[in-house]
Amino acid sequence: MQLTNRSKLVVNKQMTFWERIYLPAILKGMATTLKHMIRLTFGKSNTLRYPEVTKEFAPVYRGWHVLKRDAQGRENCTACGLCAVACPAEAITMVAEERQKGEEHLYREEKYAAVYEINMLRCIFCGLCEEACPKEAIFLTDRIVPSDYVRQDFVFGKDMLVEKMDQRIDITVRQMQVKERVAAKVAQ
Amino acid sequence: MTLAIFITLAVLSVITALLVVLSKNPVHSVLYLIVTFFIIAAQYIMLNAQFLAVVHLIVYAGAIMVLFLFVLMLLNLNEDTEPQKSSAWKISAAITSGMLFLTLIGALKGSTIALLGAPNPQVGLVRNLGAVLFKDFVVPFEIAGILFLAAMVGAVMVGKRDLAM
Amino acid sequence: MMYILLFDFAFILQKMGLIGVIFLITLTIAAYSTYGERKIAAFLQDRIGPDRAGPFGLLQPVADGVKMFMKEDFIPANANKGLFILAPGIFMFVACMTSAVIPWGTTLTLFGANIDLQVTDINIGILYIMGFVSLGVYGIMIGGWASNNKYSLYGAIRASSQMISYELAMGLSLIAIVMMTGTLSLRTMAEQQSGFQWNVLYQPLGFLIFFICALAECNRAPFDMAECETELIGGYHTEYGSMKLGFFLFAEYINMFVSCAVISTVFFGGYNFPGLDPSWLGGLMGPIVLFSKIFFFIFVFMWIRWTLPRFRYDQLMHLGWKGLIPLAIVNMLLTGAITLWLGK
Repeated sequence: MQLTNRSKLVVNKQMTFWERIYLPAILKGMATTLKHMIRLTFGKSNTLRYPEVTKEFAPVYRGWHVLKRDAQGRENCTACGLCAVACPAEAITMVAEERQKGEEHLYREEKYAAVYEINMLRCIFCGLCEEACPKEAIFLTDRIVPSDYVRQDFVFGKDMLVEKMDQRIDITVRQMQVKERVAAKVAQ
Repeated sequence: MTLAIFITLAVLSVITALLVVLSKNPVHSVLYLIVTFFIIAAQYIMLNAQFLAVVHLIVYAGAIMVLFLFVLMLLNLNEDTEPQKSSAWKISAAITSGMLFLTLIGALKGSTIALLGAPNPQVGLVRNLGAVLFKDFVVPFEIAGILFLAAMVGAVMVGKRDLAM
Repeated sequence: MMYILLFDFAFILQKMGLIGVIFLITLTIAAYSTYGERKIAAFLQDRIGPDRAGPFGLLQPVADGVKMFMKEDFIPANANKGLFILAPGIFMFVACMTSAVIPWGTTLTLFGANIDLQVTDINIGILYIMGFVSLGVYGIMIGGWASNNKYSLYGAIRASSQMISYELAMGLSLIAIVMMTGTLSLRTMAEQQSGFQWNVLYQPLGFLIFFICALAECNRAPFDMAECETELIGGYHTEYGSMKLGFFLFAEYINMFVSCAVISTVFFGGYNFPGLDPSWLGGLMGPIVLFSKIFFFIFVFMWIRWTLPRFRYDQLMHLGWKGLIPLAIVNMLLTGAITLWLGK
């Protein structure tokens, strides 16, 4: 029974004289490589000169997490622990604490995460934490997690995760995507 | 000046030839032999026989010694794998070679070396050498060629032993 | 009787200068061949190659050289120390010696003095080259053996048996040329090919054989049996590091440069080009023409390397002994018959 029309009948035929001396085939191969060389010399190369030019990420790219602050600079996270529960790799740990008087400008809700750690070696960057988050506090960004020499340094604390006020991270595109995805799930 | 160069080369060639025999490591021996060939080639050049010098290098240093080195490397002979001969062998070998040496000295003692007359300084150049080889000595030259051919065929036959059986 | 010693001091000084210049040019070309190799490989494979060190990466060879010198100079514990150090030196020495008989041009007029652009015009130039090519095996063999590593030894034995096999066909193809030109001197050969009477037009088969053998002698792809990164992890220089490895690699590029020079001189008219007199520009035209030919052939060598896959070892021996040698003998016989027929 013929499944596809891609199958080829194998023939073990004797090579002709021109095939046996290889020279025509060699010249053909050299013409091919020369064509590539000429195309590159007079055309454009596909190489990206990396440190100067970076590749544009797809909008769905999931990298280094960020813990968002709101417009007044207060941390969104309320240490509910839903992200830790949702995390399939169990990469997230946190310690919750109650907000004291006079700390209203730091934390949005009455409870906050005193310690919030993501182990970047465990994380599989699935994005379930941002779907689980009810406070729009955690998002995955298009930043690449930097390399390091020591395993311990891959456990990112709040210093690495919470966004700095002078370097706000724009995640509006992602926010929209997450919202759409969650809405689609709810509709199901 | 030329005498000084000749003597230097001669002394060096004797020293390296001795080192061929005396060095324990067979690979070193082969390398010293190659150096000896080089010095002999230099002597040929001193005699204005450039063709002979280069052919000497190509044939001996470039081909034959490579094959020697090949065999030695594949067998991996070292100082510690050298078989120890019994002293009886050593003594008898020493006596035999000493006697041969004495015979040679005795044979050469009374003889006078016949000079070939003033040699033509151009004889070593390739044109003259070719003329001599292909005019005066053409028969011995061809016979030597046939001999080599026979040796080559013989070597192939020995190599293909299972085919002959 | 001692003709070689009758030269005056100025002559020796002039020759020393020429040797120095040729040596420097050889080293520069060898260094930039590594750059050219990487650039050409990149371009043939749709990449851009080294472009970080200096403009267009032109300082890359300098960076490589500094790296080679700065690396730890390591000698394996059970290696034969003396020979291990000697081997790269031998290889380099032999590679550099070969360029002595190549006529780079006619005569150069510099500060009113006429300088002969050839280190020595011995009347057996071709044999001299063959002699030194056949000695090139020693550096590889000694290096491979002294490393005391079985992969090095395999690589060395492969390389040397390949080189002695292809030397035969190379010599036979040259004999046809010698029969045709009636001389062994490279200078005379170059003079005979003035204008467009290049030997390649009369000896296309001889050129093809010689070219293939030159590829094999230089241990370059598709004959890079000696290195075989895949199965012999580098072949005879597996155990080598730092500048000793650099010497091996460098000498291979020098070999390539010299074989391209020999090909240009013997088959492609040397310093002659139709319409260009080699004595123009005070004699500089000859070297310019010759070097452009050499660079073209170096490019072809690299082009072949980055196009063709490697031969299997038995295919290599088959090609050498059963393909090229009989072909070279036939070529030799034909040349002999035709010269005899035309001569009478």
